[in-house]
Amino acid sequence: MPKFEYAPAPESTSVVDLETSYGLFINGEFVDGHGESFKSISPSSEEVLAEVSEATDADVDAAVKAARTAYTRVWSRMSGADRGKYLYRIARILQERAREFAVLESLDNGKPIKESRDVDIPLAAAHFFYNAGWADKLEYASLGANPRPHGVVGQVIPWNFPLLMLSWKIAPALATGNTVVLKPAETTPLTALLFAEVCQQADLPPGVVNIVTGAGATGQAIVDHPGIDKLAFTGSTGVGKMIARSIAGTRKKATLELGGKAANIVFDDAPIDQAVEGIVNGIFFNQGHVCCAGSRLLVQESVADEVTRRLKRRIGTLRVGDPLDKNTDIGAINSRAQLDRIIALTEAGESEGAERWDNGCELPSSGFWFRPTVFTGVTQTHRIAQEEIFGPVLSVLTFRTPQEAVAKANNTPYGLSAGIWTEKGSRILWMADQLKAGVVWANTFNKFDPTSPFGGYKESGYGREGGRHGLEPYVRTGA
Amino acid sequence: MSTPTDTAVGASVDATARARDLLGVSRLTNQALTTWLHGLPGVDQVGCEARAASLGTRSIKTTSKQWAIDTAISMIDLTTLEGADTPGRVRGLAAKALVPDPSDLSTPRPAAVCVYGDMVTTAKQALGPDSGVKVAAVATAFPSGRASMAVKLADTRDAVKAGADEIDMVIDRGAFLAGDYLTVFNQIAEVKKACGDARLKVIMETGELVTYDNVRRASWLSMLAGGDFIKTSTGKVQPAATLPVTLIMLEAVRDWRDLTGDQVGVKPAGGIKTSKDAIKFLVTVSEVAGDDWLDNRWFRFGASSLLNDLLLQRQRLTTGAYSGASYIADDSPSTAY
Repeated sequence: MPKFEYAPAPESTSVVDLETSYGLFINGEFVDGHGESFKSISPSSEEVLAEVSEATDADVDAAVKAARTAYTRVWSRMSGADRGKYLYRIARILQERAREFAVLESLDNGKPIKESRDVDIPLAAAHFFYNAGWADKLEYASLGANPRPHGVVGQVIPWNFPLLMLSWKIAPALATGNTVVLKPAETTPLTALLFAEVCQQADLPPGVVNIVTGAGATGQAIVDHPGIDKLAFTGSTGVGKMIARSIAGTRKKATLELGGKAANIVFDDAPIDQAVEGIVNGIFFNQGHVCCAGSRLLVQESVADEVTRRLKRRIGTLRVGDPLDKNTDIGAINSRAQLDRIIALTEAGESEGAERWDNGCELPSSGFWFRPTVFTGVTQTHRIAQEEIFGPVLSVLTFRTPQEAVAKANNTPYGLSAGIWTEKGSRILWMADQLKAGVVWANTFNKFDPTSPFGGYKESGYGREGGRHGLEPYVRTGA
Repeated sequence: MSTPTDTAVGASVDATARARDLLGVSRLTNQALTTWLHGLPGVDQVGCEARAASLGTRSIKTTSKQWAIDTAISMIDLTTLEGADTPGRVRGLAAKALVPDPSDLSTPRPAAVCVYGDMVTTAKQALGPDSGVKVAAVATAFPSGRASMAVKLADTRDAVKAGADEIDMVIDRGAFLAGDYLTVFNQIAEVKKACGDARLKVIMETGELVTYDNVRRASWLSMLAGGDFIKTSTGKVQPAATLPVTLIMLEAVRDWRDLTGDQVGVKPAGGIKTSKDAIKFLVTVSEVAGDDWLDNRWFRFGASSLLNDLLLQRQRLTTGAYSGASYIADDSPSTAY
């Protein structure tokens, strides 16, 4: 037993006031859906949090019509400055209700409260603030001549950063004058529904934001709806490909932010202690449920043993458990299905010959949990080096030269992000130039900012979100 | 790793011979030391500060807070280092160390009182032989260290002869910053010899070293030369003990023990004033160096006002209500509460 035991420090849930069931948010009001309702559970306890409506084709149609009416009559006629005012208002309300959002996000998603409190919610508010500032300056954002909205945007977001992904989608869409029909993931719909309340609180004109809950069929209904002008999707590469096929030959535009298998590359002259922190943050942040996670550690052979030893010691101090405890570092896996996928891929890793290690920590008896795990002796052909695990599982590979590091890093169908750890500035620049990844971090990892564009190469998708670049997919330009 | 007695570890070890062995050289030169120290992995400033900040967000409640407060009290080197110090003031400090809180005699005693060399006799007498509270003396022309080696050694021997259990020396920051590592090494090694059985704390004055790379190198150099403790600051220079600097030093003692098997202590000093701050340091000790350092043999706080805030928090945990400065007995009461 350690000398310094941390007593439980749970964040109170009293700040969250959950309804037993939720309808759909269409035209500024909560309405009953026509589909069957489904349950959203807490992945850390498997308790039911609320019942949520599944939107049918007819419900999606109503949402798109509401969005079209709001676009034509109100939002597209409003000045950029006035749109900005609404976005600022939403941003401020998100800050004011930050604790409520953080607790609900941790309940519904399973992520540790310190991450929802310090990362997800503040960043979500920051995206609204940032895009609010652009709303009346689009002419000067170098987007092209006469930038103007597409119309109605359909948006489908994942379960890993529910409110943050919502803000990445909704904030630039509204700033540029589009109206929105958004579907949150079926396992994490609750903060999106709370966001609907924020839209009401901000007096956002009805129909500008519509939120329809449901699973794949609801998403498909949005994709296929003829009234949608543009789609924005974040999620798996498999679903991204289906969307691309569905809209082929139509006038619909799309941005896709898909999977990743990022290389986190550590050279022998790296600041080793900080690199270890970066490796931990790269793969264990948000239980590894991060599309840009540093899931492949490429470490220079001369320091491989040293880095691995320090990494394992550090992973031994990670605290896995109750997402609402302020000292928890790693929370629950989001769903049974995701846990099953992680288990299947780690079993494949073992059977294909990689050496498995985990920190041996105790896990709670109910809920979905997975210990932070490291595979050493991994080769490029192992499935755990190729497939996105989307869990707290790191694959360690080695290299000898910078050229070999680049070749291995790029030897993947994905290209979302990469990390470089070295004290040599020239090497950082050379590597960043060679790596086929949309985001390259140097001596850090998993750092996000609304001013910085984010997006992928190859099967990690197309289009950029965030920054000035993130406005481009939401406008038409030219005559 | 820890030894049963409280005298210095390896007092008889020849630091130069051990350094030659560790560095793999036949003669210890400045070149050899430079190559070795500059071969240590660099410290990324942003990453180091981010790690310290994240350790600072740990939420320490109820029973763990109780444990942390008592442990922090037991780790304090209760310090007075003023030109205006008098025997009366030092006796008052010693009395405070013996009975930190007259309203609760279960309160643990601090580890030591820390005074200038001429006050050692007074402090020893006031504390008596069996209190368990040590006397630490600053020496080697504290705080600047700007004196000849003969003076520094005489300063040290004087304090040891007067009965100091621990010596807090300052390194020659000028020599360190000029890259003259061998001079710094030799001075520490000679002072260490002059300490005899007294444990040696090596003050690096990290506020003057400025970069984390320098802090790491100075830490390793101090340990190599035989320091029993590495200490951040004199308290006379800002910034003094910051959490990131202490984090770097805790990594250094952890890695030093991995390399040599010898354990070295860490003492942040100056600027740690509140219980909340002290608890952040204990969290960092626990998560970076580990349990073996969570003991006043291996970790100290150099502080004067910290004790009163810890006592205030301790009273609050006991009684459930905040008291105030009127309930914290002190010879130089603070009006800060």
